Amino acid sequence: MAKKIKSNIWTMSLSLFLFSAVMAGALGYVYSITKDPIDQAKAKKVNDAIAVVVPAFDNKPTEEVIVVEPGKLEMYPAKKGDELVGVAVKTYTDKAFSGEFSIMVGFLPDGTINNTAVLDQKETPGLGAKMGEPGFKDQFNKMNPAKNKITVKKDGGEVDAITASTITSRAYCDAIARAYNEFKKQFVK
Amino acid sequence: MSALKTLTNGLLKENPTFVLVLGTCPSLAVTTAAINGIGMGAATTFVLLFSNIFIALLKNVIPNKVRIPLFIVIIATFVTIVDLVMQAYTPDLYSALGVFIPLIVVNCIILGRAEAFAQKNSVFSAMLDGIGMGIGFTLAITLMASIREILGNGTIFGIPLLAEGAKTILLFIMPPGAFITYGFLIAIVNRMKKIYNF
Repeated sequence: MAKKIKSNIWTMSLSLFLFSAVMAGALGYVYSITKDPIDQAKAKKVNDAIAVVVPAFDNKPTEEVIVVEPGKLEMYPAKKGDELVGVAVKTYTDKAFSGEFSIMVGFLPDGTINNTAVLDQKETPGLGAKMGEPGFKDQFNKMNPAKNKITVKKDGGEVDAITASTITSRAYCDAIARAYNEFKKQFVK
Repeated sequence: MSALKTLTNGLLKENPTFVLVLGTCPSLAVTTAAINGIGMGAATTFVLLFSNIFIALLKNVIPNKVRIPLFIVIIATFVTIVDLVMQAYTPDLYSALGVFIPLIVVNCIILGRAEAFAQKNSVFSAMLDGIGMGIGFTLAITLMASIREILGNGTIFGIPLLAEGAKTILLFIMPPGAFITYGFLIAIVNRMKKIYNF
């Protein structure tokens, strides 16, 4: 067996330098081949969510995006022909049980919520994570933040909170309120 | 030690989770659903296998006094590769495991096996050790995750076992449930070890 090299200042600095250089090179290569699939996977997630929350459209909403807060609050107008059929708003809340989560809210041009979809969350499985299930999220459909009070019943609103997950339910309402505020500024005259 | 013994060492005799009690952070944190257990186990096994092979291969050119930083450089490289590949090809699993993928770098099992095994053994034994330990870890956390998912959520791999709306023991899906499950499993495994003397 070859003899193990001794530790002195030269072998130590050289080995640290060479190892870091080779590994950095390897990572650069992996990054360059995974970059496109990662971007596609992210774009697909956004596109799928848009398709769920607004009525059928034939433009490309991601190309007409209105960025309010980059990566966090963005609006995607969905059009059929030249007519606006709805707006998908990517929104977030920082009042969640585990920090933040982001959802996509689809508004019809008059401000009625068409549908919502969960994009990214780390709420407690079995509790807050149930917000993505129809039992909770479908109650928002057909509500209009201008007419309906979108807060949980405990706070005097019209939303049935998830059992034992009031914080998550409030956060969901908070995210919708944030989306509606921006939507109102841009699209309701 | 024979090749077979090296391979099976990690399964029960020196199971990283239940016997060595290493890498408890991911064992407690990601085991809320059985599928997370398998995903985390597979990612850790991959990193463990390749870091073991590389460290055994390079053990003669690693000066002893800087071995830990060099091990970490090697381990971190493989973790970042797993991170990028999962993000690209399994985005759903990636969002479920989230922050715990980068944290594989500081998983004690990997550095522990590099230090205690790979740097003293041949490439082939280090490879077997990496596979054995990785599978042992995967089985252990998948078992733990299955118990927690069944008791806490009434499902297994997302398939419902109970009638709609049936009550489950929510505690098991929350952090205290992780500690309780873990404690009982360690006790059972160690008792079995004594009785059957494996």
